[in-house]
Amino acid sequence: MRAPLLIIALLLAAAVLPPIFASGYQLFQLTLVAAYAVAILGLNLVTGFNGQVSLGHGAFFAVGSYVTAILMDRWDVPYWATLPPAALICAALGFLIGLPALRLGGLYLALTTLALAAATPQILKYRLLESWTGGVQGIVILKPDAPFGLKLSGDAWLYLFTLAVATLLFALTANLVRGRIGRAMIAIRDQPLAAEAMGIDLAMFKTRTFAVSAMLTGVAGSLAAVAIGFVSPDSFSAALSITFFVGMVVGGGASIAGAVFGAAFIQFVPNIADQVSKSAPGAVYGVILIACIFLLPQGVAGLLRHTKRA
Amino acid sequence: MDGLLHQIFSGIATGGIYAAVALALVMIYQSTHHVNFAQGEMAMFSTFIALTLIQAGLSYWLAFVATVAISFVLGALIQRVLLHPLANAPVLASVGVFIGLMLILNALAGWLFGTTLKTFPSPFGAGPAMGGYVSRHELGSTSVTLLVLISVWAFFRFTRLGLAMRAAAFNPASSRLVGIPVARMLALGWGLAAAIGAVAGMMVAPVVFLDPNMMAGVLLYAFAGALLGGITSPLGAVIGGFLVGIIENLAGAYVVGTELKLAVALVIIVAVLVLKPSGLFGRTVTSRV
Repeated sequence: MRAPLLIIALLLAAAVLPPIFASGYQLFQLTLVAAYAVAILGLNLVTGFNGQVSLGHGAFFAVGSYVTAILMDRWDVPYWATLPPAALICAALGFLIGLPALRLGGLYLALTTLALAAATPQILKYRLLESWTGGVQGIVILKPDAPFGLKLSGDAWLYLFTLAVATLLFALTANLVRGRIGRAMIAIRDQPLAAEAMGIDLAMFKTRTFAVSAMLTGVAGSLAAVAIGFVSPDSFSAALSITFFVGMVVGGGASIAGAVFGAAFIQFVPNIADQVSKSAPGAVYGVILIACIFLLPQGVAGLLRHTKRA
Repeated sequence: MDGLLHQIFSGIATGGIYAAVALALVMIYQSTHHVNFAQGEMAMFSTFIALTLIQAGLSYWLAFVATVAISFVLGALIQRVLLHPLANAPVLASVGVFIGLMLILNALAGWLFGTTLKTFPSPFGAGPAMGGYVSRHELGSTSVTLLVLISVWAFFRFTRLGLAMRAAAFNPASSRLVGIPVARMLALGWGLAAAIGAVAGMMVAPVVFLDPNMMAGVLLYAFAGALLGGITSPLGAVIGGFLVGIIENLAGAYVVGTELKLAVALVIIVAVLVLKPSGLFGRTVTSRV
């Protein structure tokens, strides 16, 4: 199941190349793909591996984005230093949301997180928070330049920075999933009773997984905020959470590599579909989502695994 | 005092809508343990069908009956085509299908009927009733939803078919042994849920205006209502729906204002999960080890 290191090294080498030939806008798109990949990785950890459906990861993406934007805007914190606080705050928030919602089995987490996702734009716009969040207007942040006098454009530097952070998080998550903790996650998903009998504290374990998952998605939000240079409440509607969910299923649940396919899917497919009609992206998402569940239950990543074996 | 009474009465009117959608959710939950995230979009789509029929020249009540019938058939069809094959699939698959259905219906409605806000007629008129505490539409729509809720209860309580459906939901294996076509009962339950949702959609549309995102908020409040009343209890879901309507209206008027209305649903859901996860009227689920 483990992809050979050689393939991973080759893919990484290929991923470093785009700054040589791609335009600024293409690099920006690829930066977003890397950020979305981390967001979907976070969702995949709790939903794919641990089997607890979340429909509100856009909320953690929003919180990560806003932590970064507020720290950069009000306290002139450098962009890279905003990632750890964003990670901590999102992990704490994930823990607090998970605690009541994951005590019981079933779909309570999905309901709670969907409500959270729907309430997020309203909370961000709320009057009393306006001096922090900038209300409806949002916050504009400055795009950082390449440090150390490197001869790189801002876009190229941000792409490489995001790629490096994403690679680190992917490596850590892959490691986590391969070990004892990963086995416990999968056991909880497939056989909760047996897992409990083996001495796993289900509620606590699910809640901690959810916290780690929220942390990953929050860092992804930070990365995206720096790349876009702007945060506003309406870019974090419930639709964003649904988009992550679609990306996760299409890329492949319970697959580390699947998160990358899912991210590329949600970044590029709506642009293509948008040219057909304004309603098309939603319909395309819906049709592909249902088609995946019936035809490709393991997503794109599963399809690749099968073709390799055949 | 008058203001407070007014808020409570209009809370009951919106609560009736939430109660109907919550009942539709609980019916599907009881028989399949699925939470139908597309319930709201199905109701929205039905309401667009009603508007199309009315614009084609049908009288309101004729369009109403036709819409309920069409929704029933569509709901049963969705169950047969999309959900039936996934009966034993993991929970992620069913949630995925519901989300996909939600996206498709939303996009399809925008494409077929347009995304602009549309007015939807009320058969009861707009003037005041009951000494000005409620509008005529609020009184009318509350009566209609109550009528629907009572007839659903009577159907399950007093008819053979209702009994068979309850049996199929309660214990599918034993029901199959005594000759109840369980699969058909599930499709019937879906049709019924879609029909109830259609009524809720037609009753709420004159208030919130009709557009493809009309039911997003309603669905969240219905979730909150179903959890508050107890997701295992249809009667609880109905009472929970009414309570959520009142809480939402009072909180909107006196506590948080309209800007944070959706956060109220979140707070109710979290509060129920913290304080009484089985809801006010639900039974505590015990699993056999």
